[in-house]
Amino acid sequence: MFSAGQRNLVVVGNGMVGQRFVELLAEGDPDRAWQVTVIGEEPRPAYDRVALSSFFDGSTAEDLNLVPDGFYDDASYALLVNEEVVSVERAERQVITSAGRVLPYDALVLATGSYPFVPPVPGSELPNCFVYRTIDDLEGIRAAVAAARSRNRGRSAGMVVGGGLLGLEAAHALRLLGISPHVVEMAPRLMPLQVDEGGGQLLRSLIQALDVTVHLGTSTAQIVTDGERLLATLTNGTELDLDVVVFSAGIRPRDQLARNCGLAVGGRGGITVDEGCRTSDEHIYAIGECALVDGRIWGLVGPGYTMASVVADRLLGGGTTFTGADMSTKLKLMGVDVASFGDAMASAEGALEVAVSNPVAGSYAKLVVDDQAQTVLGGVLVGDASKYSTLRTLVGRDLPGDPVALIANVEDTGNRLVLADDAQVCSCANVSKGAICSAITEQGLTEVGEVKANTKAGTGCGSCVSLLKSLLAESGVAISKALCEHFAMSRAELFDIVRVMQLRSFSEIVSGYGTGRGCDICKPVIASILASLNTGHILDGEQAALQDTNDRYLANIQKDGSYSVVPRIAGGEITPQGLIAIGQIAEDYGLYTKITGGQRIDLLGARVEQLPEIWRRLVDAGFESGHAYGKALRTVKSCVGSSWCRYGVQDSVTLAIDLELRYRGLRSPHKIKAGVSGCARECAEAQSKDVGVIATENGWNLYVGGNGGFRPRHANLLLIDVDRESLIRTIDRFLMFYVRTADRLQRTASWVESLGGGVDGIAYLRSVIVEDSLGICADLDEAMAAHVANYADEWRGVLEDPDRLSRFVSFINAPGTPDPTISFRAERGQIRPVGPVPLTVSSKAGSSQAGSALEVIG
Amino acid sequence: MGLATDQPQPTMEPSPLPQTYWHVVCELAELTPEHGVTALVRGIQIAVFRLYDDRVFAVGNIDPFSGAAVLSRGIVGTRGSAATVTSPLHKQVFDLVTGHCLDHPQVSVPRYDVRLVNGKVEIGFP
Repeated sequence: MFSAGQRNLVVVGNGMVGQRFVELLAEGDPDRAWQVTVIGEEPRPAYDRVALSSFFDGSTAEDLNLVPDGFYDDASYALLVNEEVVSVERAERQVITSAGRVLPYDALVLATGSYPFVPPVPGSELPNCFVYRTIDDLEGIRAAVAAARSRNRGRSAGMVVGGGLLGLEAAHALRLLGISPHVVEMAPRLMPLQVDEGGGQLLRSLIQALDVTVHLGTSTAQIVTDGERLLATLTNGTELDLDVVVFSAGIRPRDQLARNCGLAVGGRGGITVDEGCRTSDEHIYAIGECALVDGRIWGLVGPGYTMASVVADRLLGGGTTFTGADMSTKLKLMGVDVASFGDAMASAEGALEVAVSNPVAGSYAKLVVDDQAQTVLGGVLVGDASKYSTLRTLVGRDLPGDPVALIANVEDTGNRLVLADDAQVCSCANVSKGAICSAITEQGLTEVGEVKANTKAGTGCGSCVSLLKSLLAESGVAISKALCEHFAMSRAELFDIVRVMQLRSFSEIVSGYGTGRGCDICKPVIASILASLNTGHILDGEQAALQDTNDRYLANIQKDGSYSVVPRIAGGEITPQGLIAIGQIAEDYGLYTKITGGQRIDLLGARVEQLPEIWRRLVDAGFESGHAYGKALRTVKSCVGSSWCRYGVQDSVTLAIDLELRYRGLRSPHKIKAGVSGCARECAEAQSKDVGVIATENGWNLYVGGNGGFRPRHANLLLIDVDRESLIRTIDRFLMFYVRTADRLQRTASWVESLGGGVDGIAYLRSVIVEDSLGICADLDEAMAAHVANYADEWRGVLEDPDRLSRFVSFINAPGTPDPTISFRAERGQIRPVGPVPLTVSSKAGSSQAGSALEVIG
Repeated sequence: MGLATDQPQPTMEPSPLPQTYWHVVCELAELTPEHGVTALVRGIQIAVFRLYDDRVFAVGNIDPFSGAAVLSRGIVGTRGSAATVTSPLHKQVFDLVTGHCLDHPQVSVPRYDVRLVNGKVEIGFP
C-alpha cells in the first residue's frame, strides 16, 4: 500500500475537524503525494457532533456519520478506530498506538479536540453522572433514563450543570427523552457568552415555558446517592431529586499528548501554534479545539474547518494562514432561536447598542454599531433569528439604513439587504456569496440540495440554507409551483380552492381555475382531492375518467396489462378460514400468489373481466378492498405484541387493526404506510413508516415521516408516552394536515422536511398539530371524523351497482372474450407472464423518461 | 368475433382507391366522455375514446413501449391544443388524432377512421 515517493502523514483524532481535514487533503492531492493514516479513539468514524441531540430525535449513529461512502477504501487513506495514540516520539518521528502499532510520519496533525470540563463537585463521579460529548455518552444517558423510567412511577428528573450553549443542548436532549430538566448556571443569565442581559431575560422565560427549570447565579455544592436516585444540593440551598446529572460546563483542549512530548502549550491549556497551525515542532500541526491560535481556543466547528483547510493547503505546498474566524452562532434550542454575531457584547470602545424587546411576541433583537453609528459591529437575536443570515453578513460593513428598522420585526418593506459578493454566506465552510452565485450560474444549479453538494455551503450548521434559497431566486432560478400545464397552482392551493368553493366535478374545476381538459398529472390529483372530501364512490360520474388506471379498475396494473388483487388483512392478522378462502380463490382463477412486505397476500394475473368475480368471492368470504391500488393508506404492519411475545409491553396487533380500519380508504397525495411495534425491539419496523407507533411501558411513542424505498429516512419522534386517545387524535391531525397541504406524489418524509420553510419541520409540525398554533385542529378532527363515518368498501360498491360493473369488460363489442395478448407460462408451480414484447426499439428511452415507475404493492 | 351487421359490403366495380370497410362497435351512448373502451375488430384491438365535446377517436390499443394492450385504460386529456391519451404503464402521451407519440416523435400507434351513424360508432378499416 506504500508507493515509492509517498510521504507519511498521521492524523490523531477523527472528529469533525480531523475528518474535514483529510477530505480537503484528498481533494487537493489527486496524485496521492501523501499516505495518510487517521487514528480515532471512538468506536465509530467521524460523526456530526453539532447535531448530537438529534440522536434522541429519531437520528441514528448512521444518520450522523460524516464520512463519505467509500472514503477509506482509497489505498492512500486508512482509518483506525477504537485505537489511541499513546505517545509521540519526535526524535524518531513516529507515534505509538494503544494497539502497539508504530507509525512513522513525515508530518503529524493533532486533531484531538476537547474534553468536557467537570467542575470539582463532590459526587460528580457517582453512577448516573454523565458528560455530553460523544454518542457513547448519549447512549449511557439513554440507558440511565430508561432504567429510571422503569422504576419511577412519576416523571423522572435530570440536572444539567451549565447553562451555556452546550448545557441547553443537553437539556434539550433530556427533554427529548421525556425527562424534566433542571439547568444550573453560575452566571446571572443563560448563555452568558453569546447573549446579553436583555436577551438572557427573554431566553429564560422562553426556556422555562418548555418545562425546563432554570437556576441562575448558583452552582452545585454536592451530589449524594439517595436510594437508587441522586440528591443534589445547590449553593443557594435548593435540593433536587434526580435520576441523571449531565455536566456540560464548558470544554478544555486535549493537549496531553502534546505536553508529554514537550510541545509548547498555553498557560491555560491548548497546543500553541502559529498562523499556519504549526506547533513548536515544524513537523507537527494542531487544528480544531485542541489548538491555541493567536492566544485563544476557537470552540466552534467553523474556525476548526478553516484551520483544516490551512493545514491541508500547507501540506500541499501552499502558504495560507489562519487569521481568526467568525464566531457567530445561531441555534434553535427546543424551538427557541438564539443567535449572536460579531461583537455581540459591545466590547469595542464607544460601541452603541440599539435593542428592540418584544416580550409579547417573545423576541429580542440587538444591533451593535460603532461610535459613529456607521459600521455594524455585531448583534444578538433571541426568539426570532430569521434575520440572522442577512445581519451577520453586515458585520464590518456600513449600516445600510435605520438600525431599528433592520432589527424590528416588521414585514418586508422593500428595504431589502443587498449582499456584497465577498460577503461570507456560510461561515462553517467559509463560502462567499460570489462563489455560490457563480456556481449557480456556471453549473446551472436549480435546487438548494445541488448548491449544498457543489459548494459545501449549508452543510455545517445549516443556518444559511434560507439564504441559499434567496440566492437561487436572486440568480433568476424560478421554482415553479404549477401542477402542470393546465393548473398554475400547487396541489395544496388547488385543495383549498376545491374545499372552500365546494367544487364537485372536474369540469367545474378546470373551466373555473385551469385550462384545456387536463392530463395524467392533474386529473388523478383532482380525483384524489375529491375523494379526500368524501364525494362518493370514486367511479361515479365524471370521477371515473379522472382515475389513474389502478384506481379506475380498483386493482394494480402489471407489465402485461393484467391486474393484481390485494384484499385487506388488517394488521396482518388472518384466520385459517381466511387463508383457505384466499388460497381457494387463487387456485380457481389460476392466480400467482405472493406475500407482500405489508403483511398481506397479493393475487396476480387477473384479467379486467375477472376482477368483479374475484371480488365477489373475496367479499363473500368476509374480505374487502385493501386499497393497494390507491394513493391511500396501505397497511398498518404489526408485530405479535404483548398478547404472545415475551418481550411485548403493549398489544400492538389490536392497535394496528384499529388504526388500519380507522384510516382505510383515506385518499392522500401519495401512499401511506404505518406500523405498530409492541416494544422497543421494533419488529414492525415502524420507524421506516409514514406513521410509526412503538409501545413503551407507559403508553405509546409516535414517530412520523419515515420512509423505506428509494430514499430511506428514519421517522421523527413526535410524541412520547401518550395514551391511546391522544395518540389517535394526533395521527388523525397529522394525516389530514398531510392530505391537505402536501404536493402531488410527496411522501410524508419530504413533506415533514419541507414544513416551516424547510427549517426544523418537525418542530413546526408539532406546533400545528399538537399545540394548534394555526387554530385548525378542530377542522382537521372534523374532517377525519367525516372520513371515518363515510367509509365504504369500494369493491362492494362496484358489485352492487350495475352501471359501475358494466365497465369491467375486456371488449365493448365482445365482453366475454379474454385479451389474447395476456398469456402465462409455469415457473416454480405458478404462472408468470409471457411477454409482452415492446413494438418499438426506442422503448428504453421511453421507460427511462417515464415519470413514475410501476408501483410495488406493500 | 365481430358482429353480424358489420359484414363488408360487396362492390359492383373494383375501385382505384382502397375500399373502407365500416365496423359498428357500439352505441355512442355506451361511451362515457374521456373514458376509453377497447373494441376487437378482425382480431385487432382498438382503443376508442369519446371526448368531452362528443368527438370520437380510435387508435391501436397496444402501447408500443411495453407491448401491453392497455392504451384504452389511459387518461384522456389535452397537451396544448392536441387531444391526447397517456399510456397507463409508463405515461407516454399519444396524440389521438394522428396516433403520434408526443414524447417520442419517431414512435406512433395506428389510427383509425371513426364515424357516427344513427347513434352508432363505426370504425373504418382500409
